[in-house]
Amino acid sequence: MKEKVNELKQEVLKKIENINDLNSLQNIKTEYFGKKGKITELSSILKELDASQKKEFGMLLNEIKTYVTSSIDSKQKEIENRILDEKLEKERIDVTLPGTVIKNGSPNMLEGLIEDLEELFIGLGYDVVEGPEVEKDLYNFELLNLPKGHPARDAQDTFYIKNDEILLRSQTSPVQVRTMLENTEKSPIRIICPGKTYRRDDDDATHSHQFTQMEGLLIDKNISLADLKGTFDIIAKHLFGDKVETRFRSSFYPFTEPSVELDVSCFNCGGKGCNICKNTGWITVGGAGMVHPKVLTNCGYDPDLMSGFAFGFGVERLAMLKYGVTDVRTFYTNDLRVNSDRKDV
Amino acid sequence: MMRISTSWLNDYVDISDEDLKELAGKITNAGVNVETVEEYNTPNLVVGQILEIEDHPDSDHLHVCKVDVKDEILQIICGANNLEKNMKVIVSKIGCVLPTGIEIKKSTMRGVESCGMMCALSELGLEEDNEENHAKGICKLPDDALIGSNPYNYLGLDDTIYNLDLNPNREADCTNHIGFAYETAAALGKKVEMPVTKCHPIKDSVLSELEVDVLTDNCTMYNARKVKNVVIKESPDFIKERLTNCGMRPINNVVDISNYIMLEYGQPLHFFDADKLGKSIVVRMALNGEKIVTLDNQERILTTDDIVITDGEKPVCIAGVMGGINSGIDENTKDVVIESAIFDPLKIRYTSIRLDLKSEASRRYEHGLNYEYTMEAIDRACYLLEKYADAEVLLDTITYDNVDKTPKVAKVTLSKINSLLGVDMTLEDAKKSLNNLQFPYELKGEEFTVTIPNRRNDVAMREDLVEEVGRLYGYNHITSKLPRLEDKKGGYRESVRLRKCISKRLRSLGLNETRTYTLISPEMDGMFAYEKHETIKLLKPLSSDKSVVRQTLIPSLLNVAEYNFARNMDDVNIYEISNVYYDTDKEETKITILMSGNYIYNMWQNEKIKSDFYVLKGIITNLLDYLGYEGRYSFTSTKDINDMHPGATALINVDNRPVGFLGRIHPKINKREIYIAEISMSKLEEKKTRSYKFKELNKFPSIVKDVAFVMPLEMESSTVEKEIKRSAGKLLKKVQVFDLYRGENISEDEKSLAYSLTFMDDNRTLTSDEVNELFNKIIKDVCDKLKIKIRN
Repeated sequence: MKEKVNELKQEVLKKIENINDLNSLQNIKTEYFGKKGKITELSSILKELDASQKKEFGMLLNEIKTYVTSSIDSKQKEIENRILDEKLEKERIDVTLPGTVIKNGSPNMLEGLIEDLEELFIGLGYDVVEGPEVEKDLYNFELLNLPKGHPARDAQDTFYIKNDEILLRSQTSPVQVRTMLENTEKSPIRIICPGKTYRRDDDDATHSHQFTQMEGLLIDKNISLADLKGTFDIIAKHLFGDKVETRFRSSFYPFTEPSVELDVSCFNCGGKGCNICKNTGWITVGGAGMVHPKVLTNCGYDPDLMSGFAFGFGVERLAMLKYGVTDVRTFYTNDLRVNSDRKDV
Repeated sequence: MMRISTSWLNDYVDISDEDLKELAGKITNAGVNVETVEEYNTPNLVVGQILEIEDHPDSDHLHVCKVDVKDEILQIICGANNLEKNMKVIVSKIGCVLPTGIEIKKSTMRGVESCGMMCALSELGLEEDNEENHAKGICKLPDDALIGSNPYNYLGLDDTIYNLDLNPNREADCTNHIGFAYETAAALGKKVEMPVTKCHPIKDSVLSELEVDVLTDNCTMYNARKVKNVVIKESPDFIKERLTNCGMRPINNVVDISNYIMLEYGQPLHFFDADKLGKSIVVRMALNGEKIVTLDNQERILTTDDIVITDGEKPVCIAGVMGGINSGIDENTKDVVIESAIFDPLKIRYTSIRLDLKSEASRRYEHGLNYEYTMEAIDRACYLLEKYADAEVLLDTITYDNVDKTPKVAKVTLSKINSLLGVDMTLEDAKKSLNNLQFPYELKGEEFTVTIPNRRNDVAMREDLVEEVGRLYGYNHITSKLPRLEDKKGGYRESVRLRKCISKRLRSLGLNETRTYTLISPEMDGMFAYEKHETIKLLKPLSSDKSVVRQTLIPSLLNVAEYNFARNMDDVNIYEISNVYYDTDKEETKITILMSGNYIYNMWQNEKIKSDFYVLKGIITNLLDYLGYEGRYSFTSTKDINDMHPGATALINVDNRPVGFLGRIHPKINKREIYIAEISMSKLEEKKTRSYKFKELNKFPSIVKDVAFVMPLEMESSTVEKEIKRSAGKLLKKVQVFDLYRGENISEDEKSLAYSLTFMDDNRTLTSDEVNELFNKIIKDVCDKLKIKIRN
């Protein structure tokens, strides 16, 4: 009896081993576990045995049932997996075909640079303030210590709109004036004012009748040129890397006294001299100075109590230097082949 | 730009021992920018001597020369016909880059090696490159020329020129050699020596030959002297060379002397032909319409704002700007009246601008003159005319003098200097700076009382002195620090923040930011107007295509699109946020979007989302939701915006007021499918939004029901939605269009729209019975009200 059971077991296992498809497996199931299946039939013998044999044979039968069932199950899984694998293989795609084009919009390079600097200044406690582009002569020039007829106005050939009173601003400095005037408590000020500016220049590779400035103004007690130098250091290193050095050169602006040019050591050649720095090792990137006492007075601040610095950058110039643009018109052409959608713009 | 001749400069401050390049650096560091140093010195260009000349074995015109250049003897092949043994020549060695740009390389000419070139003046760019000059052969230097030295020294070109890039405040004192000598002296700690002015007048006095009357306050000083019997000829070499090196063309000795003095003292002089002028000079304001023919042969019409010099009747000179032809010096001039005067800078400025007559003289008048030099310059002129034009100088000077001579005094303390500069200067440092500047001062405690020299009209107050002391002390002494300030949060003010948010959102939605010009043509400005405002025009535009301040950005964006279409960039999805201006000073911020071509695409799968009305509308609703206007906006069709497609344009309303529009551009403007949207950010800003608050999510299940209506083609979906909502009440949470159908089973002038309705109650679970009842009521209400049918 025992032998017969084992024989049956071996027989089933052998059959399963050679099977490759689910149908044949199902046939085996029927052959052994179906109504008239060989294993099912063995169970009917059980009834005819006496109690002691029943127990022994029952255990044996259970064992073989479990064993065979699990063998069939694992065979079934094996076949199913194989079929799935074959199916998936047929679904293979060409991963080298291009992806769907989902474009992210890019900022104009000037805007990218402005936002980058704004982030820096906001971190330093500056507010970002803007003002009108159609401006009064009073704010654009007169209160900035540039009275009518002042020869220094020559440097800013201006578009006038109405008489000689309303103009397109030639600099963003009027925003400083407005901010100082609006501050009725005459309390400290820390602002930057980026914006569009206009001068009567014919457009070419290095001139643009419309351009962008970013100016800064800080007014508080005991502010000195050394504070300006430290602030400029941060801007320069932020823009051109930690290795650049800075220097002041004496300059003139009607609204600052003393006035300085802001130079950085050439980030291209490291100061050795190249065509970017015109072999001087230094590049002028902006102008600055201590706010002129007349400007402070004009705007209601007492130069004996408060002092401050102001600085200004031409954003186009910075962008040309930083990104290697050689024609200022590039910023206004908006050629979509220029892809400045980059985390560092 | 101002050109300074350093050999001339050496007359007033001793710089003979200075390295001129280094000196330029020192002066620049001290504050006057020497932008370039022009020196005649070309590396590898030296004096050589021909030792041997042999004929080239394989040529009938070439010669093989051995040339001594001090360190070596070079073999040079030369074709010139003026070669002589022992001749001193200009040799460009291998590696030399000639001023004309030619680089000298080792070469082989017909089998013989040549290691350099002997030069003609034309090859150095010093003579014209023509047949005649070629025939002269190479340049022969004097026999005493030093072998190996700089050949330019033997060509009369041993001057080094400083090109000054002057700040406007230093135009007054640094556009002359004496003024610049003070700046040089300050940088070096040296003293300035003034030129000789003493002449030997004859017995006759000018007082009996000339009268001067000044009738206007706009002339504060007028000096006149007279010289007789001048001999007009060429100037001596040093005057010609110096004028040339400073960029002025020598004319004759008399004219040159007036220019020479202008470059020396900064004082423009005017020379009249005494015989033409007569015996009287009257300085007054011109009469309206008064005429004068100036030296350039042009008739000028004057106004009462112009200062004129007259002979008592007619103008003979526009003061400070240009002389009249009726009194000018010519080759027959014998006697000369010399004018050295000060005129009101603003008047000179306005006159020269109005007449478009900016000159070296007017430039100096308009920056203000030093009266001390006005008086010295006229004597110096007499000295030079006596010496170089054989003039007989008349005794005395006629002087009208109304100059305020009160000394300019300013005070500054050492602590103010240190606190403004952020340095740690000692009293000695400050004294040294003032001494070097040759600014006289008194010192009490730590307070300097400084008398400002008249040559420095740019220095007036305390802060000016801080700058003067600071720039000489050296800004390199400033140690960087950051301001110690009260902590303060920085941020975007007011609308700036809103604009940045919108800009970043539009970018993340795939639109490229553009930046276009504010100034456009009047034609462009007339386009796409949906509100009427007065255009702002420039008084003096550069060109008509940039003559008005724009009220709309759309034409500018269209130009950008056209530019890109022309370069095969068909997918143009761009935006710009900029301010527009109208009615003199009204400002409005506009958001403008332009979309054309594809928005998202995959070519090889032939799948794309085209940039069309509904994509653009989706972008706008995305933006409005993001900004907090969810549920407060609507779109209503409009035919009233010119240049827009009348059937595909909608107003964008927030709180039922228009804030902008979107739609397709009229095909007559552009045949491509181009969609644009314009939103007034300023109008949006007026509509306040609430800040975000979290809302507990509904715990009860919702029931969704679908219905489709058949309606006339022209009926708008919003009409149906409105009726559905009105009928449903608050259990209806959402209405969504999920199908638009036209075709079979529906007549041609009808369409079917299918809606999905979501019902929910915040406090309980709805029963299907009550929802069904409500749903049926809605269908009945909508059909009855709009006279449409339900679709089966």
